[in-house]
Amino acid sequence: MNATNHKRFNTRAGRVFDVFNVLLLTGVGLIAILPFVYVLAGSFATELEITTRPFFVWPNEFTTTSYESILSSDVIVRAFATTIAVTVVGTFVQLALTALMAYPLSKVDLPGRRTILSLVVFTMVFSAGMIPTFLVVKDLGLLDSYWSLILPMAINPFSLIIIKNFFQQLPQELEESAKIDGANELQVLRHVVIPLSKPVLATFALFYAVGIWNDYLSPLLYLSDTSKWTLQMILRQVTAAASLSAEEMSSDVPPPAQGIKFAVVIIATIPVLLAYPFLQKHFAKGMLIGSVKG
Amino acid sequence: MTTVLEVDREPGAPPSRTPARRRRLWTDAVRYRWLFLLMLPGVLYFVLFRFWPMYGARIAFKNYIPFLGIDGSEWVGLTHFREFLSNPDFPRLLENTLILAGLSLFIAFPLTIVLALLLNELRLQILKRTVQTLVYIPHFLSWTVVVSITALLFAIGNGPLWTFLGWAFGTDANFLADPDWFRPLILMQEVWKNTGWGTIIFLAALAGVDQEQYEAAVIDGAGRWQRVWHITIPSILPTIVVLLILQTGQILNTGFEQIYLMSNSLNRTVADVFDTYVYFAGIEQGAYSYSTAVGLFKAIVGLVLIFGTNWLAKRFNQQGIF
Repeated sequence: MNATNHKRFNTRAGRVFDVFNVLLLTGVGLIAILPFVYVLAGSFATELEITTRPFFVWPNEFTTTSYESILSSDVIVRAFATTIAVTVVGTFVQLALTALMAYPLSKVDLPGRRTILSLVVFTMVFSAGMIPTFLVVKDLGLLDSYWSLILPMAINPFSLIIIKNFFQQLPQELEESAKIDGANELQVLRHVVIPLSKPVLATFALFYAVGIWNDYLSPLLYLSDTSKWTLQMILRQVTAAASLSAEEMSSDVPPPAQGIKFAVVIIATIPVLLAYPFLQKHFAKGMLIGSVKG
Repeated sequence: MTTVLEVDREPGAPPSRTPARRRRLWTDAVRYRWLFLLMLPGVLYFVLFRFWPMYGARIAFKNYIPFLGIDGSEWVGLTHFREFLSNPDFPRLLENTLILAGLSLFIAFPLTIVLALLLNELRLQILKRTVQTLVYIPHFLSWTVVVSITALLFAIGNGPLWTFLGWAFGTDANFLADPDWFRPLILMQEVWKNTGWGTIIFLAALAGVDQEQYEAAVIDGAGRWQRVWHITIPSILPTIVVLLILQTGQILNTGFEQIYLMSNSLNRTVADVFDTYVYFAGIEQGAYSYSTAVGLFKAIVGLVLIFGTNWLAKRFNQQGIF
């Protein structure tokens, strides 16, 4: 950097602090990632190594037995496939609903706009709670339907307002000229607004996707049919197996071995981690663009 | 930087009290038909899944029997609220909830600010970016994964942290079942999962601070600590206030998934909070009216708290959220 910067930090105490800060934050970074690295290493380790070595980041003996036994289980493979499908469809539906509502609300002259926005903000600070929402889902006949994992949380009010704010600060001239060329609002949205908003929409798509993939409450509330369970429900069942009492365990399934627990955690996390680099590129920017207004 | 909740600054359209109002409504409807059409699914969503439940929440004042329907069920007024407040479970739930909220507010939240300040002071940009990338990751893991990893780390006999704590303090506790360890574990998970992510908003506020202020402070002879105290912290104060207001409104919401997944028959005494209580009473025992009353009580307290702190913040000349 520049000379001023050097001068401003180059005191003795400042240098000591810098060294301390580097060490401390390196430690913080390691703490953030090491538990996961351990589980990843454990998922490729033998049962013996897991039970005898207290901590390792690389297995002595590399094996894929844990994954093989998972892939031979119909339950987990099916849960994985359905969770992927629900996440893909759900993300599309949720993002579409949010963007379609955000666009009209970004027009400051829209009649009724302020009322609607106030009501949206109200839902952020007040919600009827778990049971009334459950009863609505039940009345709509969505229990045991995959739509119950998508629709009740279709629009996140925070995301809606941030996307609205983003649309609002796009240059008006482009939309005006498209309208002069005879485009209606739908065409303006499709050909002008959405192409300009791709990074922001991608960010929120990934947030929605992570939300659906990680959701545990909705399947717990709405899916009583165990054959429809999502991966998070299965993960819970596998890793909590040790604490279940004898009668809760179905007799024909042996208690999962340690290695399988490690591998299921990894399987339930991998899609999120694969999305992470894309997410990271955009989220800080995407989140702030909408909330900062000039 | 302004806040997320401040949705708008434009003045609203003047109220239409003219005789031509009806005709204007019609021309508006025609003129904005595409916009209204686009908005329709979203509006329908809010009506169905956000406001209809609020209307349905009137079962809190009734003895709801699904067979009779909401309107056919008997009106009992505040009976369920009274029953809940005089229930011996109530003080315990309140205590557990407030302790967990307090840990979050007084330990996890300050840690977020400290981490943001330390990251801000880091001059090695590559290390700063690497640490940021790493500490954001846990935020994206589900609570099921976090709780499962906790179980593996504290597994009796071979868990790394079980082994380490046994070696360091000679304890062989069953951490996941021991009521004394429930709160520390919850706090540890929360800090691990969300501290890094929480720094984003502070770092963004810090990125907007005018660097000339620091240079001027150096010329005036301000030391490093003085610069942090007099420039850095005041510049993130509005952000801190807004987050405090939002978090105060959430005091009774402990986060259902984490608590539910971490609770078991052995740690119930400390693990039961309002959120899980609503679930057990409503979904597992079918006491719809009673559990709705509990949920409503929680929501109303939250609403009062959020407006109360917002009012206080404004009295102390801070920007509120409304």
